[in-house]
Amino acid sequence: MQSSNLLELAGAISSGAVRVVDLTFTLSPDFPVIVLPPEFSPAAPVRIQELSRYDARGPAWYWNNVSFCEHTGTHFDAPIHWFTGKDLPNNAVDTMPPKDMLAPACVIDCSAQAKQDPDFLLTIPVVEAWEAQHGRIPERNWVLLRTDWSKKGWRDYANLRDDGAHTPGPNPAVMKWLVEQRGIIGFGTETIGTDAGQAGHFDPPYPAHHFLHGAGRYGLQCLCNLDQLPAKGAVIIASPLKIQNGSGSPLRVIALVSSS
Amino acid sequence: MINPIDPPRRKNPLLRTRLPASPPRARSRKSHGFTRAAAEGRFMLQRCAACNTFAYPARDACPSCLSADLPFVDAPRRGTLLAETTARVPSDVYFRERAPWRIGLVKMDCGPTIVAHLHADCSEGAPVRMSFQLDKSGQAVAFARPEEETPNMDDDRQWREMTADPKFRRVLVTNGRSAIGLETVTALQAAGAKTVFVGVAEPWRPFAGEQHLRKLDGIEIVALDASDEKSVANLAADIGGKVDILINTTEYIRPGGVLDRKGTAIAREEIDHAYLGFLNLAQGFGPAMRMRGADGVNSSAAWVNVLSVYALANWPAYGAYSASQAACLSLSHCLRAELRPGGVKLTNLFTGPVDTEWFQMVPPPKVAPRAIAQAIVAALKSGLEDVYVGDVAEEIRQRLAANPKALERELDR
Repeated sequence: MQSSNLLELAGAISSGAVRVVDLTFTLSPDFPVIVLPPEFSPAAPVRIQELSRYDARGPAWYWNNVSFCEHTGTHFDAPIHWFTGKDLPNNAVDTMPPKDMLAPACVIDCSAQAKQDPDFLLTIPVVEAWEAQHGRIPERNWVLLRTDWSKKGWRDYANLRDDGAHTPGPNPAVMKWLVEQRGIIGFGTETIGTDAGQAGHFDPPYPAHHFLHGAGRYGLQCLCNLDQLPAKGAVIIASPLKIQNGSGSPLRVIALVSSS
Repeated sequence: MINPIDPPRRKNPLLRTRLPASPPRARSRKSHGFTRAAAEGRFMLQRCAACNTFAYPARDACPSCLSADLPFVDAPRRGTLLAETTARVPSDVYFRERAPWRIGLVKMDCGPTIVAHLHADCSEGAPVRMSFQLDKSGQAVAFARPEEETPNMDDDRQWREMTADPKFRRVLVTNGRSAIGLETVTALQAAGAKTVFVGVAEPWRPFAGEQHLRKLDGIEIVALDASDEKSVANLAADIGGKVDILINTTEYIRPGGVLDRKGTAIAREEIDHAYLGFLNLAQGFGPAMRMRGADGVNSSAAWVNVLSVYALANWPAYGAYSASQAACLSLSHCLRAELRPGGVKLTNLFTGPVDTEWFQMVPPPKVAPRAIAQAIVAALKSGLEDVYVGDVAEEIRQRLAANPKALERELDR
């Protein structure tokens, strides 16, 4: 490809011919996080400690210490995050191929179904129906599950009841199929986690993590603004922090969308 | 008989706030035997070990036999009011603002004659019940009240200067998720608090007691995550000038010590919640509380911490938790000194294992959350500073006073 095509792309972004859509929630201390049984190591919440604000602590500058767990807010899951991917090569955020950080996305709109049923599960027939309309999912594409869950108030967003979280996600069969039969590069959701809220009870438990990371693929979660993306044709940029042997990180996920 | 105090009116925002003056602070080292007694709600006098004479004020030699052996012991509280006087124009700033002020001479049944502050219902010749109270400079003073309870007794103007009574005050309970927090809300309402702000972190997570709290009058559920400095700053911006009493019910309890854990993730949470949370709360709410110590009937009055007694002596089964509590204890002494110029008391409650889930495997006796809540209110109404709640805490206190090394070995079972 000629370098002038790249410059054309830059110009198109500048002019708005290519829109840049931010799919990222603001990283803040009060955003809902994954809730684990209390006996497990607790994930540190996002903390922002002001160091100075043009004051005696630092007269001309404002800056903060920021601390967070790798899996807080809008974040990326690398294969090393799950036991099924632990022995794969280049499986951490600092060793994954950088070219994997840009890829096209297929957005599957299940917002109507999710509105009716918080435990809605994406299945093979639902994806096949989508493919009948939009064409086959290409290899090395992201599949993003749009549920409009990101528009909810945060209590409904986390939707924790006394038997755990009730949020939509994929069933085991569709995950295995997307990974093996469609060769997806990764799966993304609007909810806390690539898996459904009740996925701990599936077989295997947490099938999105199980199959994605077991095949060296990636996860994205707590995405928003998926309703601004076309079903096909958006290009996702998702580059996690280069944390030494990191299992993931909060990141800025942006989508390039043609305005026409 | 005294009239009940009127509920305070809304503050006039155009008027300057009266700053907190302090009564005289100078004390001898010996007289801090009374400070210790007042802090714990005990009545102690020196009693000569040689001739058993009770002595007052604090001294280095027995007034009767000149023996130097004068330990402080628990003493009988009963006395008779010999004479009383009313100071009408004192020159000291603190007392001048609060004149007229009654003091009297009390002849104790056990011997000494004590100059004491008087409750309005004390009359000459009548029996009185003596106590040592911490005044607004944090020092012990003698205070006489009628022997029998009288109507509206706690509303006495001079008594309210010695205590942090929740009646008509607005109280922030920092953590309303815990059983202790919820019971404290109930106890404060029963004690006549005007408003109880109930702090809840992560409101997106459901919490027990929410339905119950939302039905009550005089309760405001507020978003508060003490370990998030912005959350504290935001709440302080909203209600900082209205918090008269702050009750720190932060709770993060996990078993484990040093070598039976792997990594520092839990330790980080312990420090984040208990220690940094404490710092954030103090920096958020402390300055306004310190400034409002003389701000009328609902002046700011107290900061209360619920601490583990193992802050004083590490219990290895909960060794990391003990250490984080010890850090909070030390910090609380610093905050106590910093709040003192504002006449705001800092009260620490020490409790043994509580009858809640993270102490499940610990055999009784365990402290009920309700007992802690009631002890908080009692401490506020009596103006106490160091409170030991339940049998285990009291046992630890005694063993620590007798031989800390023995206690250390006994806790290492």
